Amino acid sequence: MWTAFLFAAIIAGTPLLFATLGELITEKSGNLNLGVEGMMLMGAIMGFSVGIWTGNPIMAMIGAILAGAAGALIFAVLTVSLRANQVVTGLALTIFGTGFASFMGKNFVGKVTPPAIKSFFHAVEIPFLSDIPFLGPILFKHDVFVYFGYLVILIASLYLYKTRRGLNLRAVGENAAAADASGINVTLYKYVHIVVGGALCGLGGAYLSLVTIPVWQEGVTSGRGWIAVALVIFASWNPTKAMLGAFLFGGLDILGFRLQSQGIQVSQYLIDMLPYVATVVVLILSTKNNKKEDRPPQDLGVPYYREER
Amino acid sequence: MLRIIKREDVSKRQSILIRFLAILLSLVFSGVFIFILGYNAIEVFGNMVIGALGTEMRIKETIIKAIPLIITSLGILVAFKMKFWNIGGEGQIIMGAFAATYIALNYSDNFTRPVVLILMMLAAMVTGGIWAFIPAFFKVKFGTNETIFTLMMNYIALKWVTYLQYGPWKDPNSQGFPKVANFEINAILPSVFGIHVGWIMAIALTIIIAIFMNYTKKGYEITVVGESLDTAKYAGMNIKMIVITAMLISGGLCGLTGMIQASAIEKTLTVSLSGGYGFTAIITTWLSNLKAPFVLMTSLAFAVLLQGGSYIQIAMQVPSSVADMIQGMILFFVLGSEFFIRYTIGLKSKEVA
Repeated sequence: MWTAFLFAAIIAGTPLLFATLGELITEKSGNLNLGVEGMMLMGAIMGFSVGIWTGNPIMAMIGAILAGAAGALIFAVLTVSLRANQVVTGLALTIFGTGFASFMGKNFVGKVTPPAIKSFFHAVEIPFLSDIPFLGPILFKHDVFVYFGYLVILIASLYLYKTRRGLNLRAVGENAAAADASGINVTLYKYVHIVVGGALCGLGGAYLSLVTIPVWQEGVTSGRGWIAVALVIFASWNPTKAMLGAFLFGGLDILGFRLQSQGIQVSQYLIDMLPYVATVVVLILSTKNNKKEDRPPQDLGVPYYREER
Repeated sequence: MLRIIKREDVSKRQSILIRFLAILLSLVFSGVFIFILGYNAIEVFGNMVIGALGTEMRIKETIIKAIPLIITSLGILVAFKMKFWNIGGEGQIIMGAFAATYIALNYSDNFTRPVVLILMMLAAMVTGGIWAFIPAFFKVKFGTNETIFTLMMNYIALKWVTYLQYGPWKDPNSQGFPKVANFEINAILPSVFGIHVGWIMAIALTIIIAIFMNYTKKGYEITVVGESLDTAKYAGMNIKMIVITAMLISGGLCGLTGMIQASAIEKTLTVSLSGGYGFTAIITTWLSNLKAPFVLMTSLAFAVLLQGGSYIQIAMQVPSSVADMIQGMILFFVLGSEFFIRYTIGLKSKEVA
């Protein structure tokens, strides 16, 4: 029973994993993009509609990447080049993305993921690894996208902490003026990482609408984008912790369903509250014990104006 | 070489002109977007205007949509002025409606109509205030991020009311249909000139908030805290108390919106009663440049957009969410345009360097 629960928690947590990592990379560049929910929805609807039109999973994912990246690009132009307020711009992106997804998805409500895509995302056992007792069946009997999630986390960790570019990125987020003085192209770094972050959010949304909840419904993300923003704080801007947090919240997401199937009588609606209550608790706890290495990038949310240094 | 020059002083006319151009551009872009998505943009816009202002009934309907927008925006304004990003308007509206409904269901027969209505308003404002107080408390205590906190409170409120509607508060006389019992006449706001009294409250509150922000000490303190925390500290202001008070006002106003929507519109408690006003109010507040009198105008304009959006859904089968997209688009352009209010782009001149 535990194995089945944790297995399902990973599937439910994978959209969060991508969105959280996307926001994490964005925030490392010093910009706080509160448009995650909007970008996820844009990715979700683009992935779903391209999936319906073409029946091709790769095309669907590319569509989702482009949609998320496009949303992030709007944010980047407004906050980096035009120096708009980051909080309000992020909110605008969420409002826009929600409207966009609802508009585009009007004719898809109730439609299911096409079979060609469903079969692409069937579970693949990884030889040897899936034989590891307990962990094997939980971690290594998933579809390709979950493995891709593991891989992306690994790449992001290596990139951030082991490469020159990762170091530069962190410098931009910590102190843009100093980074600029040392010859780093601050604007370029911000643009690239905001857009890549948005692409990851879009991917998370598409996995949600194509695999986790394979029927189109309005507001399919139901606040997961915001949970992702909170998870970045929970993970103290560390990709590995972000992955753990995403799976933990994936577990919370499906807990109500599981409890009911065990015959435990709890109101579905009160259980549905859990991820949000847990996010609040996590938020309070992670700001309360403010350890040095757990701090946000120093320049997070602070706009950088070269002429006003 | 192009370079960015900070504008020393921008005339009021210029800044209004730039904003106006931004909104115009956003409508043009929205039109292009709607066209790409396969609709006749001019027809869509035309029908939106007809749907919102075409007949006397539709104008009333538009005003009814403007009322919650105005009151919620005023609440958001107080928080935003302080740079406290209260995006929990939805939740505060829902919790206000919840408290008002509690009074309506239990005490409608105990008092006269005015007393019941006033009790409902008070309960709604207190509960909305509490819903905003919780994130404000943790903000001043630990510096917890208020944006995510207030947003999570939206979902918690939503699930709470869903639970009530499907569980303990389900009307036993509704033949199994999950809905809360309808209010009795004592708990329903009366109408003046064919529109419920919320419109008088909205105008009165606009004046009160304008006076409060501009002519009282507390209002001034809120502005200072938003402008510069350091200045507020040097002046010896009690920042924590200011943040808490402002958020109580902010949440209280949103809670009042909830009472009005439950009492005058739904005449019961429903999950969908907040209707996205908490989010749209963020845009109207920002567009009004955080000034109470402008809130009235932007809210009316956006009510036209909302009413027009729901009209074209019926008249043209265009999803009403087109209004949400246009809202987002308008906000993008206005946010971008602020750059051109603060800066101008010129050619790099040699003397300055």
